[in-house]
Amino acid sequence: MLNYILRRSIAMPFILLGIVTMAFMLTAITKGDPLTAVVSEQQMGNPEIVAAAKQRWGLDKPLPARYLIYVGNLLKGDMGTSFVTRQPVARDLMMRLPATFELVIAAMIIGSAVGILFGLLAAYYRDTAIDQGARIFSLFGSSVPIFWLGLAALFLFSVKFQILPGPGRLDPRMAAPPVVTGFMTIDTLLAGNWTAFKDALVHLVLPSVVLGWTVAGTISRLVRANMLEVMEREFILTARAKGAGEMRVVLHHAFRNILVPVLTVISYSFAYLITGAVLTETVFAWPGMGSYAVTAARSLDFPAIIGVTIVGGVMFLITNLLTDIAYVLANPRVRLN
Amino acid sequence: MAMVQTGSARFRLPVWVSPALIVGGVVVLFWLIATLFPYWIAPHDPFDMVGRRLQAPSSSFLMGTDALGRDVFSRTVHGARYSLPIALLVVASAVVIGSAAGAIAGYRGGFVGNVIMRLVDITLSFPPILLAMAVAASLGPGLFSAAIAMVVVWWPVYARLMRAQVLEVREREHVEAAVAAGAGNFRILTKHILPLCWTPILISASMDLGQVILLAASLSFIGLGATPPTPEWGAMISDGARNFYNWWIAFGPGMAILTAVLGFNFIGDGLRDYFDPRSAK
Amino acid sequence: MKANMEYEKSAGAAGPLLRIRDLKVGFSGRNGMLLAVRGLNIELSKGEVLGIVGESGSGKSLGMLSSIGLQARNAEVSGSVVFDGQELVGKPRSEMRALRGSKIGMIFQDPLSSLNPVMTVGDQIREVLFLHNKGMSKAQATERVLELLRLVAIPQPDRRIKQYPHEFSGGMRQRVMIAMAIANNPALLVADEPTTALDVTVQAQIMLMLRELKEKLGLALVLITHDLGVVAGHADRVAVIYAGLIVEEAEVRELFANPRHPYTRGLIASIPKLSSSEDKLYSIPGAPPMLGAMPEGCAFHPRCSFAQDICRKSAPPTLEFGRHRAACHFAESLPPWNETAAVAKGAAHG
Repeated sequence: MLNYILRRSIAMPFILLGIVTMAFMLTAITKGDPLTAVVSEQQMGNPEIVAAAKQRWGLDKPLPARYLIYVGNLLKGDMGTSFVTRQPVARDLMMRLPATFELVIAAMIIGSAVGILFGLLAAYYRDTAIDQGARIFSLFGSSVPIFWLGLAALFLFSVKFQILPGPGRLDPRMAAPPVVTGFMTIDTLLAGNWTAFKDALVHLVLPSVVLGWTVAGTISRLVRANMLEVMEREFILTARAKGAGEMRVVLHHAFRNILVPVLTVISYSFAYLITGAVLTETVFAWPGMGSYAVTAARSLDFPAIIGVTIVGGVMFLITNLLTDIAYVLANPRVRLN
Repeated sequence: MAMVQTGSARFRLPVWVSPALIVGGVVVLFWLIATLFPYWIAPHDPFDMVGRRLQAPSSSFLMGTDALGRDVFSRTVHGARYSLPIALLVVASAVVIGSAAGAIAGYRGGFVGNVIMRLVDITLSFPPILLAMAVAASLGPGLFSAAIAMVVVWWPVYARLMRAQVLEVREREHVEAAVAAGAGNFRILTKHILPLCWTPILISASMDLGQVILLAASLSFIGLGATPPTPEWGAMISDGARNFYNWWIAFGPGMAILTAVLGFNFIGDGLRDYFDPRSAK
Repeated sequence: MKANMEYEKSAGAAGPLLRIRDLKVGFSGRNGMLLAVRGLNIELSKGEVLGIVGESGSGKSLGMLSSIGLQARNAEVSGSVVFDGQELVGKPRSEMRALRGSKIGMIFQDPLSSLNPVMTVGDQIREVLFLHNKGMSKAQATERVLELLRLVAIPQPDRRIKQYPHEFSGGMRQRVMIAMAIANNPALLVADEPTTALDVTVQAQIMLMLRELKEKLGLALVLITHDLGVVAGHADRVAVIYAGLIVEEAEVRELFANPRHPYTRGLIASIPKLSSSEDKLYSIPGAPPMLGAMPEGCAFHPRCSFAQDICRKSAPPTLEFGRHRAACHFAESLPPWNETAAVAKGAAHG
């Protein structure tokens, strides 16, 4: 099994290289002039800036050399300077990552909990109204445009019924706590500010529910399908023959046997969540990587765009690798071989 | 052995025709009509100012008017002319390119096959929307760039699918027989292998149509696809976000996307039931 | 010979441990109720081994499963099942759960799929103890589990208790199932095809073990199988079931010496014998009826070469011959049973 981890880990650098290369190719095709990828339109007029950029990125050199310089810079942590913020992209991303993590983790928890619950219900009450309801729920989640759902949710709960706050992580009148982890919920707790903590939590509700909904459907369908299959198996009959109650049979016997595919789909839905996060953050003015990407795209801020793409790709890669490893670890049969 | 008669033979729908499939079919049909003959449904020109600005839905304007006084309902209906053809184009291109690549990789393998699959792996390593955004931004504004970006993001899915299929079918006996009979590679591929591979591709493609519509709308929402004044659904929702309190502006296009995607999803489900009734429910 | 009269009470001290009367199990279909079990009558006393023999789909498993409340959700059960003085049909589920695993134990055919693959053997056996002994500590339960593992002759129990089912061999797994089933000293053990999925040598071990345990613990045992060989060696009485009804029941030696139902005769004749001079193996022509296509009259008549008009028209009564009963119009007038001759001519033709 160590074997397996080793093999996968060795493949990783190559894929990483591939990611970086692809990102580089993107810079090479922008409007034909590689200069536009590193210097913004406004600054084009400034000969000093242009010269400095040409130096830094070797723009006068042929393609292969530019590539090497690019990779070299990347290894030094230099992803270029954002046209919009005028800060190093790397620094921008570091500051924004925790917000996205907070949102994605919250969404994953909510989406998984709801998805598992609905899946269990749909399987146990198969072919009844409950089952149909769960099906519609999941269908809706994968068919609705998430940015529209977010807008609708904001409109209904924040404007119409006024039970949840508007966009953002914290009430603008409230003072933000000192940044320790970057997670608003944790930082407010660490600062001992109970009101701010509650506020942060409440601000997290709507975006994470909206985002979580997109994966809850997939998870619930998987749980349902697997549960239906598992409940037909002999050992379920044995458990009943032992006198176990229905709850115990469903949770302790059946569900435990589908943990592996369930955890797998939850991990893979992380990918889907990143996708959704981009749009959710935009709608809810959430200062994470996603909204950063959108601003960058809108303003044609190429260093930022490329930077986000690379980071996104790396995060994807790592998550998938971890998921695959966890899958192998969780399987008692495979583990013991 | 005496048997009990169970009733006379009646007209019965084939088992794979479900209510969902019918609903999906009707919805998609509606949007197809909207794509081809929008003026049969939409009363006004989508680009003209036909009423006062920002009017709530009323009997004259079913979905109200937007910030420039245009009829939201007409714009929504016309939106199909952008979303559906683009989705079809993107999926078709992705299928063609991906299948070709996957078939080559699966059949011949070797260096070329390896390179193709590495490319597939790398492309699939990116969160699709980020990659699409990056490509679209690099190519410049407009729906065409967005379309290309989406093809770039989507072709690897079909490459993987086709490769898996080809690998499996390649081992079958009739292929061996064809090889023994001296058939050339191209012939084997096209006549013996590919015809057996297209079912999962077709099912995937029909499901993906909905997803591509969503992705296209997302790109437009961000500002990377349709440019104003195009009545594209995503772009319209973006307008709606800017005029948040005039909820009807975003309502129409949102419902349009939802129904269109659901329609395609139902059809995809129906197709899957048709080809493999065992997987139903 | 008495037709359709009360069955004599068997030799148990206070009456039989288990008495099943007219048990019917059906499924609602588009055209009404389809009965898979059409009126079972079974009696079992403490210490007795009853073998229930039938083909797949005859209702043998379904009948016993339904008796203890393990029927499928869409199955409907009627009739009477009296166990230890209590009526089980219609009993509330919580009370049934209290009985299962404590007073009634059950083991199934394939121990690999009958054991939860992601729980250790120790946990699974402990579970049945915890379910019925509130307040038992984990230490006490573990002690008992080790004791049980020793009882079913599993070597190195302290190592085995922490292992998963897939680390055991087929025979050992079945012994684990047995340990689970007897953990709370049941009065009744139902074994559904306990040896079908096992190698022949292991089969013998398991059957022997069941017999020993029966002696030691004073169990009543219901042995469900399609294998006449198993009942021949291990049952006290045998009930032959066909199409949801018991067609013959007798003490085991009596059944083999003097089968009074054509189906039983067919089954016995189907047992391959090394000494037979025939080169073809005999099997009963035709196939059992499907649920929705039950023949009128006697369910077996389409495959029976003794069938007369009356067989096609009316269901046969149960005729009794002492403690031997058979449901056939011609139970007493069948030709005498001569085994070798039967095989030579093709059994049911007498």
